[in-house]
Amino acid sequence: MFTFENVRYKNILRISDLTIHEKEITCIVGESGSGKTTLLRMLNHLISPDKGSIAFRGEDLLTLDPISLRRRVVMLPQAPVIFKGSLEDNLTIGLKFSEKPLPAESTLKKVMQRVKLKKELREDAENLSGGEKQRLALGRILLMEPEVLLLDEPSSALDDDTESLIIKTFVDYAKNNEKTLVMVTHSKSLAKNFGDRILEVKGGSVYEWDH
Amino acid sequence: MNGIIDLSLLQVAAAYIFIVILMVILKVKGIAREKEVLIASIRMTLQLILVGYVLVYLFESMNPFLTILVLLIMESFAIYNIFQRANRPLNKALKQVVALSMLLGTLSSLLFFLFVVIQISPWYDPQYFIPIAGMLIGNSMTGISLGINRLLDGMTEQKYRVESALMLGASPKQAAKEVVDSAFDSAILPTINSMMGMGIVFLPGMMTGQILSGVSPVTAIAYQIAIMLGILGSVSLTVIIFVQLGSQSFFNERDQLKTD
Repeated sequence: MFTFENVRYKNILRISDLTIHEKEITCIVGESGSGKTTLLRMLNHLISPDKGSIAFRGEDLLTLDPISLRRRVVMLPQAPVIFKGSLEDNLTIGLKFSEKPLPAESTLKKVMQRVKLKKELREDAENLSGGEKQRLALGRILLMEPEVLLLDEPSSALDDDTESLIIKTFVDYAKNNEKTLVMVTHSKSLAKNFGDRILEVKGGSVYEWDH
Repeated sequence: MNGIIDLSLLQVAAAYIFIVILMVILKVKGIAREKEVLIASIRMTLQLILVGYVLVYLFESMNPFLTILVLLIMESFAIYNIFQRANRPLNKALKQVVALSMLLGTLSSLLFFLFVVIQISPWYDPQYFIPIAGMLIGNSMTGISLGINRLLDGMTEQKYRVESALMLGASPKQAAKEVVDSAFDSAILPTINSMMGMGIVFLPGMMTGQILSGVSPVTAIAYQIAIMLGILGSVSLTVIIFVQLGSQSFFNERDQLKTD
């Protein structure tokens, strides 16, 4: 689905050859500062490599419209971002950006249940705790139903109990709906449990793990 | 109407008594600002005397090229002043946006005001052209100065939020909307506030000046209403062009946030 060829980005990444497969759960591990997030940002086309090329479904990212691409390949940042307004506004903001029709309230409530958020839709999203904000941001992405979900440490703001539950929800969602999921995680056990494939970023290069 | 009381040089000098009082207060209170007060008073006096002579010369010569030259000097000074007042360094693209929005916004408002509202003749009549241009350009300059600081702060402090919106497939315009709206608000609010208080809290300077120089208050008010609407139009137009183009200068052609 994504193919990297001789990609270089500053002094952070040097990837001669890498493929990320469709409909797979790919987990990216590595020490902090190794370039995991940079790799994810390249897939979302927030940054472009200094050298080499990245292709999505055979087409060079530089030839694709960046905004339409990001609507198909959505990324969730590590620290949850809450926009002004209610939980409902925050859940639907991705759909609003892409000018898609807004779902019925029942659909929104189902998504809230999926990410274990027991709150009112009309409540001000600013009042949520860090973990709740993260789950709201995860719900926002689920609602967008993109082809590819890029999650940067999705469980970093969650407590241990909800962590694996939420990750499992996402993995199940991706499996059942034939989506591609690429997830950066600090937890090797999480990667081993859920990843179809594990990539490690080390010294600027990417290595595949056997597991 | 009574005749106009012409101020003699001695009478004007008598107004300096206020400065003397202020200097005494500063001295007694031990506030070390005497130098600034003195410099400001002298500078203001010299500048106004100078501009008085320049205006007399311009009004008498009635030369279209001189009117245009004064307009260009005012625009250049205003643009330079905006660069100086920004609280963060401006890159080249943003400087170009400032110049473009000032020129487009103020000139279109000025032309509309002079030729449609007041209908001056000849088109370059400096008695109308120059003071009105000054008011529109001056107010727009203040508007952009306020807006630019809010825009720069917003795009720096909310960089993460703007980028998070991009990650979800927002266009740069959608991603920067909150910052742009807040910059527009801060730029336009002083003009709105001054309109709210006008006539009740204070009498505006231009109107007071006209009344003091013997113009009927009704005519003075008609001018004041028109010029306030002109100022609002010019400030809004200038700031809208600025925030729209200015916010886009933070993104590259691949709709990514620029890193510099």
